[in-house]
Amino acid sequence: MTAPAESDDATHVVPVVCNHDCGGRCRLEAHVRGGRVVRITTDESPDLADRPQLRACLRGRAIGSRLNDPNRLLYPMKRVGARGEGRFERVSWDEAIDLVTSRLQRAVKTYGPGSVFIHHGNGDEGAISGVAAARRLMNLMGGHLAYYNSYTSACLNYTAPFITGRRDTSSYQTLPHSKLIVLNGFNPAETIFETNSCHYLARAKDAGAKVIVIDPRLTETAATFADEWLPLKPTTDVALFVAMAHVIVTEGLQDQAFLDTFCIGFDERHMPDGVPEGLSFRSYVLGAADGTPKTPEWAAPITGIDAATIRRVAIDYATHKPAQLLQGCGPQRHAYGEQSVRAGITLACMTGNLGRLGGGWGGGEGGRSLGLPIGGFPTGTNGVKARIPVFLWTDAVVRGTEMTERDGVKDGPLESNIKFIFNIAGNTLVNQHADINRTVAILRDERLVEFIVVSDQLLTPSARFADVLLPADHSLERNDLGSPWTGERYVVFGNKVVEPPGECCHEYWWLSRVAERLGLEPAFTEGKTREDWLRQIVAEARAGDASFPDYDELRSQGLYRKTPEPYVAFEKEIADPAHHPFATPSGRIEIFSKTLYDMQHPEIPGVPSYLAAWEGPEADLVGRYPLQCIGPHAKTRINSTYDENGWMEEAEPRTMWISRQDAAARHIADGDTVNVFNDRGALLARARVTRRMRPGVVSVPQGAWYTPDEHGVCHRGSVNILTSQRPTPLAHGNGQHTMLVDVRKA
Amino acid sequence: MPVGQIAFLVDTTRCINCKTCEVACKDVNEGVVGVRIRQVRTFEGGEFPRVFAYAISMSCNHCEDPACVAACPAGAYTKRAGDGIVVHDPERCIGCRYCTWVCPYGAPQYDATAGRIRKCNLCVEELDRGRLPVCVTACPMRVIEVGRLADLETRPGATMLIRGVPSPDLTKPACVYLIRSEATDVR
Ligand code: SF4
Ligand code: SF4
Ligand code: SF4
Repeated sequence: MTAPAESDDATHVVPVVCNHDCGGRCRLEAHVRGGRVVRITTDESPDLADRPQLRACLRGRAIGSRLNDPNRLLYPMKRVGARGEGRFERVSWDEAIDLVTSRLQRAVKTYGPGSVFIHHGNGDEGAISGVAAARRLMNLMGGHLAYYNSYTSACLNYTAPFITGRRDTSSYQTLPHSKLIVLNGFNPAETIFETNSCHYLARAKDAGAKVIVIDPRLTETAATFADEWLPLKPTTDVALFVAMAHVIVTEGLQDQAFLDTFCIGFDERHMPDGVPEGLSFRSYVLGAADGTPKTPEWAAPITGIDAATIRRVAIDYATHKPAQLLQGCGPQRHAYGEQSVRAGITLACMTGNLGRLGGGWGGGEGGRSLGLPIGGFPTGTNGVKARIPVFLWTDAVVRGTEMTERDGVKDGPLESNIKFIFNIAGNTLVNQHADINRTVAILRDERLVEFIVVSDQLLTPSARFADVLLPADHSLERNDLGSPWTGERYVVFGNKVVEPPGECCHEYWWLSRVAERLGLEPAFTEGKTREDWLRQIVAEARAGDASFPDYDELRSQGLYRKTPEPYVAFEKEIADPAHHPFATPSGRIEIFSKTLYDMQHPEIPGVPSYLAAWEGPEADLVGRYPLQCIGPHAKTRINSTYDENGWMEEAEPRTMWISRQDAAARHIADGDTVNVFNDRGALLARARVTRRMRPGVVSVPQGAWYTPDEHGVCHRGSVNILTSQRPTPLAHGNGQHTMLVDVRKA
Repeated sequence: MPVGQIAFLVDTTRCINCKTCEVACKDVNEGVVGVRIRQVRTFEGGEFPRVFAYAISMSCNHCEDPACVAACPAGAYTKRAGDGIVVHDPERCIGCRYCTWVCPYGAPQYDATAGRIRKCNLCVEELDRGRLPVCVTACPMRVIEVGRLADLETRPGATMLIRGVPSPDLTKPACVYLIRSEATDVR
């Protein structure tokens, strides 16, 4: 398939796709002239109330600027010098593929296929994306070490099923039906996540909904929508929720009929057999077990929210129905993120909101599976059964075979430590994983991971650690499909509009060449080109949906979309419990979970409970590192994608937010360069001194590219030089927002 | 587009400060870093925890009494008859930057590489083809409108008196905003 020719002087407007690591998929059109993208526009279909246009955010609008980045990788290279030094020399594709093939063969032969790890990577996704193709190849070679969880929503995905049987969230189309909306660490004005999330929030406000935002920062979401802002100390949302529960119970405002019908574990009358008395949620809240009633006065010093406010918000929440409690992914990316998930669901049940239009609980800005049933590249069956939680991959490098169920290993033990890594369209190898200094020390040791192959568009901090570095194409340089992760029912077709520069290639091409050298090419490609696979995916979608356009129609229209409808999570279970039990052991919502209780783990209690975080405001370490630090998503980046882009840095420069009080105490003025540090590392950042930050907390948005000086101080402000690799107790997820630091003028 | 002064209306009460308008404008206007033809500025006030913030997305206001037109020695600026759009012609611009000193709103942007000013021409090529300016169709919150000033300035709450923004008395900008109460100018 060829792009419009360079000699062509006319401007062609062609549908393309923004396929980065974002929950939304916006519609983009590339204006192509003379073989170059000269302009990007967005959805121009009619903008209807029930079918708002899919308008791209600033990152989507800048896709042409990234495509034309003068720093694109253009040729295959191999490492010279020490790993991570970033010195490479150009090689031919043949030499690069030979090298990858021989090292892969060696790893599989010496250590088994379980020594090969295909890393988390969604930088430039697509239906036939590199990660899927690498999985397919490895599965033909016997398999690979797989992972579960993500860096996005580990605690959510892992924990919600213990309570409600599955993770599910109502669609944004239900927001205008809410009277009250509580947003806990939920910031769609900056993350977007689903193309029209803020549009529906605005419609809810128009319809009269009151909005309460819980966040240590006055985020853009809070600044725009909040009637009330609760600037909570990070890691303490569970204390707030438990105190709200205390108010609701003592005022008698709980929906007892809902609790009696659908839940177990709220009170002593509804507990599973074989559990001692006094362990219900109500007993915990009232302090029957530990002698501490979880009153607003108890929560005030923990959370930093005064007792009167907690009491008022609790009563508001319990008396304005329907009310939605939506949590972003930030609160669960904390030390005890599991408890945040459990406590949120419990409040929604206490107020009888779950399963009702305009009510309910939402976790992590999504988690629904409403999308069109559109397939992907078939990856085959993994012959290696053991799986690790993705956040523990560095441990699997160092002590993989010694890891057990206590480390979250499923179907273990591991047959080998990780010896070979495919890192495709991902920056988690270095930048997005926690504790960069520990990570790079592990990666530098060539006795541990013996070979790393990286495919990317730019020389990211992760790409610097490649042994072989392959130049990837961009989503505007290939035909591809994109669909939103969770909510709306549409699929976007992204056309190839320009030729890839230099020798950039799609991963399917070079993985096919690796397969060829291994004698696996016929099985790997089945004789099909990428285009054939795309056609097959579309044909399969058409088989299940007669109105789905054919391949050429989809290509020219760029979009197939069904009108979005309000979807209410757990509606069936609440409307008709006899026929639709919750998929839990008891068939009910397990506010008390016997499964979790039986683990007999001090950090995994039977009911949702506030546990003081290891690097939270109550930790002893506060004496040395008095500031809590969080790493929120920046509006200018999709994780680390676009950190390299000049347009984004101009639109909103990288800064660390610090309160006026904390800045004054350190003689820091707005715009000063500051050093942010703890025992794990240090970074430099530009201070943004603001009223919009809770005193005692600073924020360093995640995703900046790790750029160390000779002392290992990151000059670009990559927050993961400060974060910890300590996993959360139940999900073994990333508590990356939980950290203590101090700041001084650089 | 009907005849009469054309103007922007920006509903800042639902502006999420995402800067999509700014980047979309940049994408269609040569994309030079440092040249911000539309720019979103952020303001904050109050005392913790009673804090507010608002954003003002602004390009050229196509003023009724444009200081740039008067100041430009090269005749690069024209205020169009009929629709009142203030058009800057980079071909005639000599790069003296006088306009950047007199415009109260920072609208004219100096492109150091080209040695010329760049400014919002209200996407006249789009308007002339019956289409809307790029910033209008870009905004994910649909907060930027373009229309006749006479229609927009009578919208309830429409104002140009905004805390942190220069007084409209200077150049009579053809632009109005819907603002939250904290953004009301108290001068
Ligand atoms: S905003 Fe500035 S550049 Fe635009 S018309 Fe007014 S004075 Fe001239
Ligand atoms: S009208 Fe056009 S040139 Fe003016 S600010 Fe909007 S996009 Fe930019
Ligand atoms: S695009 Fe719209 S919502 Fe975003 S900053 Fe501009 S005016 Fe505000």
